[in-house]
Amino acid sequence: MFGKLTINAIPWDQPIPLIAGAVVGLTLLAVFIWVVIKGHLPYLWREWITSVDHKRIGVMYVLLGLVMLLRGFIDAVMMRSQQALAYRAPGYLPPHHYDQIFSAHGTIMIFFAAMPIMIGLMNFAVPLQLGVRDVAFPTLNSTSFWLTATGALLVNISLVVGEFAQTGWLPYPPLSELPYSPGVGVDYYLWALLISGAGTLMTGINFVTTILKMRAPGMRYMRMSMFCWTALASNLLIVAAFPILTATLIMLVLDRYLGFHFFGNEGGGNMALFINLIWAWGHPEVYILVLPAFGIFSEVISTFSGKPLFGYRSMVIATLGICLISFIVWLHHFFTMGAGSDVNAVFGIATSVIGLVTGVKIFNWLFTMYGGRIRFKTPMLWSLGFLVTFVIGGMTGMLLAVPPADFELHNSLFLVAHFHNVIISGVVFAGFAGVVYWFPKAFGFRLHEGWGKAVFWCTLVGFYVTFFPLYVAGLLGMTRRLQHYDVAEWRPWVLAAAVGVVISGVGMLCQIVQLVVSIRDRVALRDETGDPWDGRSLEWATASPPPAFNFAFLPDVKGEEPYWAMKQRAIETQHLAAAGEYQAITMPKNSATGFMTAFFATVTGFGLTWHIWWMVGAGLVLAYAGFVWFAWRDEDEYAIPASEVQRIDGERRRAREEWLARNANVSEAA
Amino acid sequence: MIQPQFLAVAPLTAKAKTSLFALDPALGVLDPQGPVAAGNSQILLNALAIMLMIVVPTLLAPLAFAWWFRASNKRAIYRPEWAYSGRLELIVWGIPLLVILFLSGVTWIGSHDLDPARPLAEEAKPVEIQVVSLDWKWLFIYPDEGVASVNEIALPTDRPAHFSLTSATVMNMFFVPQLGSMIATMNGMATQLNLKADRPGNYLGQSSQFSGAGFSDMHFVLRALAPDSFTQWTAEARKSRLALDESEYLALARARATSPTLFYGSIDRALFERIAARRLTSEAGPISAPARTIE
Repeated sequence: MFGKLTINAIPWDQPIPLIAGAVVGLTLLAVFIWVVIKGHLPYLWREWITSVDHKRIGVMYVLLGLVMLLRGFIDAVMMRSQQALAYRAPGYLPPHHYDQIFSAHGTIMIFFAAMPIMIGLMNFAVPLQLGVRDVAFPTLNSTSFWLTATGALLVNISLVVGEFAQTGWLPYPPLSELPYSPGVGVDYYLWALLISGAGTLMTGINFVTTILKMRAPGMRYMRMSMFCWTALASNLLIVAAFPILTATLIMLVLDRYLGFHFFGNEGGGNMALFINLIWAWGHPEVYILVLPAFGIFSEVISTFSGKPLFGYRSMVIATLGICLISFIVWLHHFFTMGAGSDVNAVFGIATSVIGLVTGVKIFNWLFTMYGGRIRFKTPMLWSLGFLVTFVIGGMTGMLLAVPPADFELHNSLFLVAHFHNVIISGVVFAGFAGVVYWFPKAFGFRLHEGWGKAVFWCTLVGFYVTFFPLYVAGLLGMTRRLQHYDVAEWRPWVLAAAVGVVISGVGMLCQIVQLVVSIRDRVALRDETGDPWDGRSLEWATASPPPAFNFAFLPDVKGEEPYWAMKQRAIETQHLAAAGEYQAITMPKNSATGFMTAFFATVTGFGLTWHIWWMVGAGLVLAYAGFVWFAWRDEDEYAIPASEVQRIDGERRRAREEWLARNANVSEAA
Repeated sequence: MIQPQFLAVAPLTAKAKTSLFALDPALGVLDPQGPVAAGNSQILLNALAIMLMIVVPTLLAPLAFAWWFRASNKRAIYRPEWAYSGRLELIVWGIPLLVILFLSGVTWIGSHDLDPARPLAEEAKPVEIQVVSLDWKWLFIYPDEGVASVNEIALPTDRPAHFSLTSATVMNMFFVPQLGSMIATMNGMATQLNLKADRPGNYLGQSSQFSGAGFSDMHFVLRALAPDSFTQWTAEARKSRLALDESEYLALARARATSPTLFYGSIDRALFERIAARRLTSEAGPISAPARTIE
């Protein structure tokens, strides 16, 4: 009846996951009960869960990402404290548990923290910057989000029902094959990633279509903001790379479920095939994450320097260059697997070419600041922290790209320090910068500056104190994923890293305080005009938060930085451009398709993990029925009447006129 | 089963059993003890030096620019429209290009000079060592000397060593940080590695590829010995009454746990080829409780 699932699947003998699971479960239950009692459920259902508005979906993606970031961070705290305690001692986490933690940490951080934050920010900002009303396929967008949430849910269910993979975040066979991983851990991993991977692929298709086909009138390619360019490149990479991941994982599924021999030790299986395939996806994945991050920094540095981005064309070329080259460097993840010297050298050199184009970007950001009037708001601090920190991470990456150097640093803590260096300074800093930057656009009030700066300094210092000692430990030969160790020379560095985690933890707390304080002080922090940072791209042209239709009139784009040009014209002439005649706007209707499909996908994934075949069948049929039902719907759009559009846009115009008048007084006084 | 016979072997020294505490300071790649490690480290430092020339100014520039062009600095020029300069673009592309040209040269030459499979430029005939990674221990076979050992390996300091490596189970990586280059061990394949130790010493060896529950215990001692001591080491090993034949190997492979140091006085010379060709396979048994190597 329940396949492999029995009551013993719950780890009764392990207090840590049990208590953690209970706390999370009770918190969720409490939140749910509070929502029901307060009568917020219909609002949540109507405005968020079934919403197909790209802005709402973007916010939900970022929220999911931040919650999972917290979960991944707790894993990190456990790993670092285990290693701090486990010098010639067993520590407090046995291998069975410790191995799950580092596997879950990597999986969650990449797939369910970094990806949702980046995709969420793209969802929120790209249609606004393109000057359009939504993405190409709004319901598909909602489905993408909920399928990602399914993956996150499955990984977190594994905390209390069964176990998670004990293979590392990429389940290298033969370790991940049945003989060596007979439990359900790898199965949780596979189905979580296959389901959320389908969602990510749909996001890629959606955004490539949106950017290629749905720009505002006059928004030519070479007038798009840098963030739109990097979003395009990133989504092209998703479309090209995610099918490789799906195919690779399906081959592992076939090995585990149906006795195939793609990667195992029997029947001519070859693990090197898996390792090549997974990195053929895995390396582009790095750029899927970091390209939108580069876009965010481009926006932030240009805005807070009060200047256009320097070398726009070079930046576009560099972005597309990274997009292409990222597909021909995968072998640098396994120089030590015994490929010949020609092969190693070619992939090493290809990798350094990525260093070239990234270097170009760094210099262009520098010259964007040159001759500017730089305001040190929180997003700009993150960007400066990024510029300094990322260069160091890039340099250690280039060291690892030299095969003979990699021969002694591969899989060491030096490698761990390197990729945390680039991912934290690149993706995480960008995520935080993007959240602070676009938060007022999404919610109508800014985040508290002082607490934002506290987050920045704690995170920055925490990063350096955690990972620079790990560089040293790696040079001393300490390999990654050790549950305990006996070497005295490594110990001081491991202890130092544990101190760093504490500092980062304070940063995490400040993050929560920042959110609470900002919500409390939201009236004082209100963004009246919709342009809190003196922005340059189109998202600042509309109100904060933007109306469902984004723009009453699609902007007429006449050059780069269209909003900056509009604003300058308004300041010169002292009034806004005249509004045209308001017309009704049709917008896509809400749809429960995404939520229902994902719900049944969760049921299917759980059934597949535990071999509960009736559950698999029911889940698949109902998930399929969900979108057949969607395809047969009669009405898919609703109209916002012209009077309503006029009323909403009128408010925005009034706020802007007031701002113009205030601004004029200021300049006269000066 | 293994334990009593192990006790019959006279250990070389009291320290030799399994304890890692007798190791020389494990200073990893900062303390090269052989030509390969020295080569690796040299390339690391060369590449670092090349990059630091550009990285140091690039690190300082954002701080300097941000400080000077702060909004409150009235002495800094403000060029709100300035977004292109052909000459700067040339520098922007040119400088990183020069650096990576340099670096590519280092990469190409280094990859060929330090290819793990390439024999070292040494007069003396290499010691042949066959390595099999097991769950979670290392088996070292000396086909020419006719001995084998588990979790301890010895090299003479006057000869290079040539390793052929495979895995009986999952993937591992053979790595002695102070001697340089690591290499993967994989089931159904044999990889090649050439190393040499310049000075006598006891060095930490480990697996640098996660391989399951017992991974953290999967380390070994590499004893670099003066030529006389190496001969003595093989002679001592040959005294062991343990014989590494098929059944002994399968018993070793089936026990999924770490192992104390073992020596085999006689070996089946065809064993390694059969393991690497998957003609001698062992099923994965149950995981034994992870044993600690600490007394």
